Amino acid sequence: MVESDLHVLEHDLVPEHTLLSEQEAEKVLAKFKITKDQLPKIRKDDACIRILERIEGPINPGRVIQIRRKSDTAEEFIVYRLVISKELKG
Amino acid sequence: MMRGVSKRIGSIKFSALSPDEIRKMSATKVITADTYDDDGFPIDMGLMDPHLGVIEPGLRCKTCGNKVDECPGHFGHIDLAMPVIHVGLVKEIKKLLQSTCKTCGKLLMTKEEAQRKAQEWELMDDLGGDAIDYRLLAKGTAKDASKNTTCPHCGQEQGKITLDKPTTFREDGHKLTPKEVRERLERIPDEDLPPLGIDPNSCRPEWMVLTALAVPPVTVRPSITLESGDRSEDDLTHKLVDVLRINQRLRENRDAGAPQLIVEDLWELLQYHVTTYFDNQTSGIPPARHRSGRPLKTLVQRLKGKEGRFRSNLSGKRVNFSARTVISPDPSLSINEVGVPYEAARELTVPVHVTKANIDVLKAMVKRGSSPALEDGRYTPGVNYVIRSDGRRMKVTDRNAEMIADGLEIGYVVERHLMDKDVVLFNRQPSLHRMSMMAHTVRVMPWKTFRFNLCVCPPYNADFDGDEMNLHVLQSDEARAEAMILMRVQEHILSPRFGGPVIGAIHDHITGTFLLTHQDPKFDKQETLSILSKVKHDHLPEPLVVDGKEYWTGHQLFSMVLPEGFHTTFKASICRNCAVCKKEECDLDAYVKIREGKLITGTIDEKAIGSFKGKILDKITRDYGADSAREFLDNVTKLAIGAIMVRGFTTGIDDEDIPEEATHQINEMLKDSVRKVSEYVQAYRDGTLEQRPGRSLEETLEVEVMKTLGSARDEAGQIAGRHLGMENSAVIMARSGARGSMLNLSQMAGCIGQQAVRGERLSRGYWNRTLPHFKKGDLGAQAKGFVQNSYKSGLTPTEFFFHSMGGREGLVDTAVRTSRSGYMQRRLINALEDLKLKQDGTVRNTADMIVQLQYGEDGVDPCRSVQGDAVDIDDILAEVLGDDAEALARLEEKKVAGYATIEKDLMETIEEEEVEEPEYDAGGGGGED
Repeated sequence: MVESDLHVLEHDLVPEHTLLSEQEAEKVLAKFKITKDQLPKIRKDDACIRILERIEGPINPGRVIQIRRKSDTAEEFIVYRLVISKELKG
Repeated sequence: MMRGVSKRIGSIKFSALSPDEIRKMSATKVITADTYDDDGFPIDMGLMDPHLGVIEPGLRCKTCGNKVDECPGHFGHIDLAMPVIHVGLVKEIKKLLQSTCKTCGKLLMTKEEAQRKAQEWELMDDLGGDAIDYRLLAKGTAKDASKNTTCPHCGQEQGKITLDKPTTFREDGHKLTPKEVRERLERIPDEDLPPLGIDPNSCRPEWMVLTALAVPPVTVRPSITLESGDRSEDDLTHKLVDVLRINQRLRENRDAGAPQLIVEDLWELLQYHVTTYFDNQTSGIPPARHRSGRPLKTLVQRLKGKEGRFRSNLSGKRVNFSARTVISPDPSLSINEVGVPYEAARELTVPVHVTKANIDVLKAMVKRGSSPALEDGRYTPGVNYVIRSDGRRMKVTDRNAEMIADGLEIGYVVERHLMDKDVVLFNRQPSLHRMSMMAHTVRVMPWKTFRFNLCVCPPYNADFDGDEMNLHVLQSDEARAEAMILMRVQEHILSPRFGGPVIGAIHDHITGTFLLTHQDPKFDKQETLSILSKVKHDHLPEPLVVDGKEYWTGHQLFSMVLPEGFHTTFKASICRNCAVCKKEECDLDAYVKIREGKLITGTIDEKAIGSFKGKILDKITRDYGADSAREFLDNVTKLAIGAIMVRGFTTGIDDEDIPEEATHQINEMLKDSVRKVSEYVQAYRDGTLEQRPGRSLEETLEVEVMKTLGSARDEAGQIAGRHLGMENSAVIMARSGARGSMLNLSQMAGCIGQQAVRGERLSRGYWNRTLPHFKKGDLGAQAKGFVQNSYKSGLTPTEFFFHSMGGREGLVDTAVRTSRSGYMQRRLINALEDLKLKQDGTVRNTADMIVQLQYGEDGVDPCRSVQGDAVDIDDILAEVLGDDAEALARLEEKKVAGYATIEKDLMETIEEEEVEEPEYDAGGGGGED
């Protein structure tokens, strides 16, 4: 796929994605008392991850992404997603 | 905690059966296609072999020695003369053939590649993949492997494997027999299976090509004896007979050394029969049919779809202790109650354990037998069954009642009839939300319908035009406790859908409170007592004395049902939203002010006590709790009925009577509008019509015409409305929100207006015209569906036809909408059914994966929210600051408006978007058959 120059993270409708360090990720897991596999997922080939990789260098499956997004009920809400391998075509 | 559980299922594994296993679990080999001999006895080694289980009462199973219902049935097997492919697994077989070498059987991948794939599996394990992920991964591996055209292990050039649906494999165009396929699959080594998603410990690929066929027990395919004495076999048996017959012929021909062609034909025929035995709707082959031409129902058909085993026997089942009958209203019942007819109560039972405390009562109950007569015209519960301590169930009859009662011991269980205050679940389909099934307490009553308070109609979406409802009797104390706490009607007054009341007054109740409170009428003592006769009260309020006679005002009477210290302010439904609100001095009496539990000004209508909108109801439930809300609703029901009965209320066609001159005025106005439309048409024809921006000339014309005719109807309604005052019953209903709308009235009294299909004026029918009554190309008002008449004046034939066209669209829309939203709901529920709110506030599924880190992202229960918000600031302000709050709140509002995008009127809540649709109710019962 040709990588477009569009910086999706700068778009109004795309919430703020940040890569968590391993320590930060551990803290999140500890907070919710869960293991990594219980987190919601995000694909490695997701447009936001591809952009983040340009900034942060390669992001391997197993890393945790923090997403700070607007919410109708809570005004702002922070979710965490686990990076998993590329989408498999069925 | 786990009482009575001796073994728990740790896990379930689904896999393929090996031929060895099929033979091992087989009770008998089946070789003959015949089922019964001439005397009607099953033939040994036939499809009805007594080793396969028993279906006739009295006989014993030859395998396990048990009788009908005790013997679970036993599998048999058929040894196939030649192997055949299992239709359910062709895709899997294709994948395997394509990704492995034709000679050495190894995976077409180098060691390194395979290693990488293995790592991917591990990663998936660590990061939590679901079944779909694993399947996709296996598929991906197979796809990558099949890209290699030469085997990296033995260097063999690979052929191209294609699948001729449904079961024929070809390699470079040459047919592969199932035997060859099986040989290839046998060659695949165990260690190459895991990357392809197969566990070699439980499944070998060659098992996907059948050499033995399991024959299901006769209990799975029972034969039925018709009245004429003929036996009729199950579809599966028929199919197995076919398989056996061809299998036999194939074996004979092969053993006799018949020509290859004949053997191959028979082999293919066997493949066809085995395929249709599994799935008779396989695409590409004709379905096997019964003699009558009906397609056979084979294995897949038994499981699949709405009528299949899963959806109709496992996800949903028929149950005992349930009843169904027609429903009818009863305002004397509390909202928590349900009236159950004697007949139903005597069939439905509740198990009661006999203890020291209740043995005497239960003995008396058993003594009454299973059909006791009324005592002094009152219902008394009897007993249908008594279960002894050893588990034996004894039916109580009038003859043995005395005896069983005397023998009653502690530890027995008595199944007594339903009686008042028993807890039952009450349900109306379609069960679209949780309020479709609520817990009620029983009131056993004469007559044959289920009855309940009218306030409970909206959550069930019930009316009484023939609707039926179901009732389920709870059988354990745990169930009853759970139902009373979680499912009781009063606990569902506030809906989680919009954080307002779903249970509330409707129709006449609203009219009743309206009549009671509008302009604060006075009632003399007799009227007052009549109104209050059914309402719970201990004393009358201080009367008003005029000319020595005592009077009570409507406001006083309504205040009697309000809880103590109740305090609120809002605008009623009849409010016309004047530019400047006169508040307490409102001419319409629409400003509702309640202080210290006393109604001071205003009219109590839909906005106050109605379902979906009722403000008073909402606030009472929130501030005083469900018990007070229930009491309030029960009392309002009775108060409203009392009020409406004292004044009397009726409506008829003469409610839409308007004076001659008004009719004349409307007609003139409509004539004008129609003339205006023809002027537009003329202008369009002449080319002098001014085009609107962004629209074609035709569109401009349509817009102008629609606008003109739309305002014509509104104006007709207004003219008519001027002559329909608040003393008019129909207007009272429309304005108070009890039933109907002003639009309905203006259509009856004034003009029906433009009929539309797909939002446009009617245009289809004949060539360039709607009906042959008009000239071709006529664009005038009448020719394209404008109905000038009112429902009351009657429609002309063309108008009637146009109206039917518009009405038909409404009907079709409703039908389409319900079926589509039903399917959407099904899919949504399938996706969400296993979600659960955990103690830590997260939402997780059964795999314990997090779906939402905090429920609703704010952790607020929508049931306890104020129209979706966690706290009601205005309400708190009003409570703290009293009447000054309003001014302050408005000030705050202005400040907030700077940030917020949504500006909210303090008095207005988001109203249910009620789409005005004509009700073509053919009667709820009518739809049943």
